[in-house]
Amino acid sequence: METIIFLIIFPAAISLVLLSIPVKSVRRLIAVIANIALIAGTIHLLYGSAGETIRYELENVWIERAMLTLEVTLSIYILYMGIRFRRYLVVFFTLLQLALLVHFEAFAIPAVPVAHNLFVDNFSIILALIIGIIGSFICLYAIGYIEEYHERHKESEDNRRFFFFLMYLFLSAMFGIVFSNNLKWIYFFWEITTICSFLLIKYHEDEESIDSAFSALTINLMGGLAFAAGISYAGIYAGTLELDRLIAEGGAYAVIPAALIAFAGLAKSAQLPFSSWLTKAMVAPTPVSALLHSSTMVKAGVYIIIKVAPALKGTLAAAMLSYIGGLTFLVASFIAISQSNAKKVLAYSTIANLGLVVACAGIGTNEAIWSAILLIVFHAVAKSLMFLCVGLIENKLSSKEIENMDFLIMEMPKVSAAMIIGISGMFLAPFGMLISKWATLKAFIDFNPVMAIILAYGSAATLFFWTKWMGKIITIKYGLKNREKVVSPWEWTTLAVLSFMTIGVCIIFPLLSSALIEPYIIELFGVSPSMDRFNIIIIMIIMLGLLTILPIALMYYAWLDKDYKRVGTYLGGANVDNVRFLGSLGAQRTADIRNYYLDGFFSEKKLYNYGLVTAVFLVILMLGVVVI
Amino acid sequence: MFFKKSPWIIHYDATSCNGCDIEVIASLTPMYDLERFGIINTGNPKHADIFVVTGSVNESSHQVVKNIYDQMPNPKVVVAVGICATSGGIFRECYNVLGGVDTVIPVDVYVPGCAARPESIIDGIIKALDILERRLVEFRKAKTEARRQEKKLRRYHLND
Amino acid sequence: MTPIDYFIHLDNIYLKAVIYVVLAPILGGLLAGVDRKISARMQGRIGPPILQPFYDVFKLFSKEKIIVNKFQNFNVILFFVFMVFTGSLFFLGGDLLLVIFALTLAGVFFALAGFSVNSPYCHIGAERELIQMMSYDPMIILVAVGMYQVTGTFRVDAIAMYDGPLILYLPGVFLGYLHVLTIKLRKSPFDLAMSAHAHQELVSGLKTEFSGTTLALIEIGHWYENVLLLGIIYLFFAFNSFLGVAAMLVLYFFEIIIDNTYARFKWELTFKSTWLVTALFGAANIIILYYAMQP
Ligand code: SF4
Repeated sequence: METIIFLIIFPAAISLVLLSIPVKSVRRLIAVIANIALIAGTIHLLYGSAGETIRYELENVWIERAMLTLEVTLSIYILYMGIRFRRYLVVFFTLLQLALLVHFEAFAIPAVPVAHNLFVDNFSIILALIIGIIGSFICLYAIGYIEEYHERHKESEDNRRFFFFLMYLFLSAMFGIVFSNNLKWIYFFWEITTICSFLLIKYHEDEESIDSAFSALTINLMGGLAFAAGISYAGIYAGTLELDRLIAEGGAYAVIPAALIAFAGLAKSAQLPFSSWLTKAMVAPTPVSALLHSSTMVKAGVYIIIKVAPALKGTLAAAMLSYIGGLTFLVASFIAISQSNAKKVLAYSTIANLGLVVACAGIGTNEAIWSAILLIVFHAVAKSLMFLCVGLIENKLSSKEIENMDFLIMEMPKVSAAMIIGISGMFLAPFGMLISKWATLKAFIDFNPVMAIILAYGSAATLFFWTKWMGKIITIKYGLKNREKVVSPWEWTTLAVLSFMTIGVCIIFPLLSSALIEPYIIELFGVSPSMDRFNIIIIMIIMLGLLTILPIALMYYAWLDKDYKRVGTYLGGANVDNVRFLGSLGAQRTADIRNYYLDGFFSEKKLYNYGLVTAVFLVILMLGVVVI
Repeated sequence: MFFKKSPWIIHYDATSCNGCDIEVIASLTPMYDLERFGIINTGNPKHADIFVVTGSVNESSHQVVKNIYDQMPNPKVVVAVGICATSGGIFRECYNVLGGVDTVIPVDVYVPGCAARPESIIDGIIKALDILERRLVEFRKAKTEARRQEKKLRRYHLND
Repeated sequence: MTPIDYFIHLDNIYLKAVIYVVLAPILGGLLAGVDRKISARMQGRIGPPILQPFYDVFKLFSKEKIIVNKFQNFNVILFFVFMVFTGSLFFLGGDLLLVIFALTLAGVFFALAGFSVNSPYCHIGAERELIQMMSYDPMIILVAVGMYQVTGTFRVDAIAMYDGPLILYLPGVFLGYLHVLTIKLRKSPFDLAMSAHAHQELVSGLKTEFSGTTLALIEIGHWYENVLLLGIIYLFFAFNSFLGVAAMLVLYFFEIIIDNTYARFKWELTFKSTWLVTALFGAANIIILYYAMQP
């Protein structure tokens, strides 16, 4: 229990320390030490765990009171922001929430006893590992990133102390979410992540970022409202505020709060009717996108959905949930094809993958949950790597456009290598995401062929947009100068570690599955799916093959291969040199190569609108059926 | 020995009046069926073994002829089809015409005629096949020679 | 017992893989030769000898190595290696889904090869190749899904030994597969990416900048791939090996006819028609089957 409390309290304490110390070098030192401590803490948690769910009591009135005070203060702050920027929807949601909270605290709370406030099981350990390790490294990266960010954005105010304050506070809140059993506690941390996200998106303080921040805030407040309503309902009717008891013993009374909380989860993980906030949130500094909007905060949404899904099992609401996830996966994957902004592509792919997780949660069989957890793990690692690469490239090229990334492998070979690992991690065989997609497909087929068909189409789209991006990066042209000479060691460390982790998690995935995921599934269902031994061996062979052939072949081509003749590319024989040709009237033109975006088929506007309408319908249906 | 059985051609129209081009294409039609010798019109210098040029070479096409020739991998042969390609033909005296193809690149087989008949084109290409085989041997010899030279050079440097 | 039955019931998977690695290029090359011969006859020509593809490949091996950049051949090698690996995995009886994913991996390497050269023609070829991959990918996955629904397994050896007539359960999936087979065999009307016949617009598409040995490897890689694709056809008829072989031959002949009678589609039409066929035949078949199989 000490470890858990340490993990929750420590980042918050560090965040306050970082906010108060004005000296840069001291702050850096503290941040590094804090990161090491966090990683050590999560690993300690992993080794100290008994492999099953343990619940902790931790009764203290003062904690409750402190939380309540903080919550009200935050609400008032949001109210102030809402009024100042004239976002009355925000004001409206906040007031409603506040009213609900006060009503609930005043009337219902004394009657509801809470036996266990905290808990830890294998699933929360997995998430804690993601938060602790990936989160720490992203914070490390941010130290180098923010330096350059402010050099590039001279016009915006240098608020980096506040920035790091928010980052660490956020880590603390995330640990809080995954370890709390008391719904009210989860809600408290939930709201903190919302506000952190809001403030971090707003960091640049220009019109666009303020707009995006409020859009994120509005949607998440809406989710938060549903969450609060769910809690009140659970407290009043089901008579419990404990997550595990609500799911296990709530019976018919658990359905409505579960659906409401799932609604909140959908908003948080940017599933379709709500997806717009995540794509807008890409204006935030890239470490924020990496930490909040791909590897952790949005995962909190799917985490809570997976947690409450058993309460919905067998109802139409669960089916709706899986359809919402499937639809989101399909639509987001399609839209990603038409995007040329790197961060937008990453955002849509994030939404798509979260969609898969939600779909799995909706299906709720042991296979589905197994693959959902795998998806969460693999996605967190690979996607944060991708984001951080794009952040670095963005600082160097001053552009997030994929079309500006040609010849990247010549200009920034190491970053490109990390990027290629990240992209492969997202969709190629032997890497993680593909393993989990495969597991997902197997889980889908038995449940509902429609989902399998959705997956088939969506994966095809995924294949297209990742490969064309990868192709852009690896295009080779000689005579370019290396642009990655001045990259801070902070960023290098993080990129290197995450690249190795992307490969590493695939190699240790059988271990990961048997040591952490399977016990959890067994606890939940009694039986656990496991992969065919033969297939795992084959995957490992492919992996090993890639890991040996790639470097050997690269070295061969770089140093040993001498017996060749260099010629120009074929340009109809009209070459001036390798890339220029003689056009009409003797004009020299450059052959400039651009990718396909298939806007006619996959335009964002059209698809998003269709998706939105369908998803709104599905959500209404989901909530409607449980109420009836 | 496989060059004889699988010669791939690229056809380039330097400044032909199109008469010879049509005949070249005609030799690929069912009537003459060049493909029965394994000949494919690749349209890509990097895949081709035989460079078939029609028409005389002029100011604007000579660089292209040279580029295409340079982009063909060894062993390769050049077949000049039509009297224009062999010597400049009736366009020889034009202000912009440089002459036959051999003013730019070495030509191995000359196929005369205005326009050259498909039969003679096929005949020319078949003739080129023998040269192609010979070229392969020469090419290999040159390669080993070059390698030896390089080794010698390296040894020389080492001793230095 | 036909040789094919014998092969399927062979217990030693390594032997199976070796047999595939040795025999597939021979069969694939012969198939390509017969294909060219038949096409020529259909067009009223005599056509090249049956062994022509082998002559071509052997010739390519002795050509000079010309390159645009030092690393362009790297991805082609990977394509070749993984294509052989994929085929072996299929013929030694591995998991069908894994086969499909490995096939995709090989395809991605092939497309990346085109991207890496920085040549306009290669690039267009690679983009089109990707569009083709996106078009056929859902259908190929649905083939595996359909077979799983009927047989309850993804293992190729188990599917091949399944007694029931798969084709009767999966007629729609089969039709869909035929449609994408035309793309995969690079036959007209879907020979968008690197057709030898489209050199006015594409030069040689994806393989424009690859020559000599590398081109030969691409060619042999496709032979391996073609044998694998025919192997999937066989699975539909696996209950009777004579029928299976006959189906492979007839359908290949059918593809040749299609090749010779259709003009090339645009990529839009290719993409649209393929996804539509996938939905109308493949997906519909699978959904109907799901409800029909429910007790
Ligand atoms: S040789 Fe005669 S037919 Fe041929 S290009 Fe010259 S003028 Fe035309």
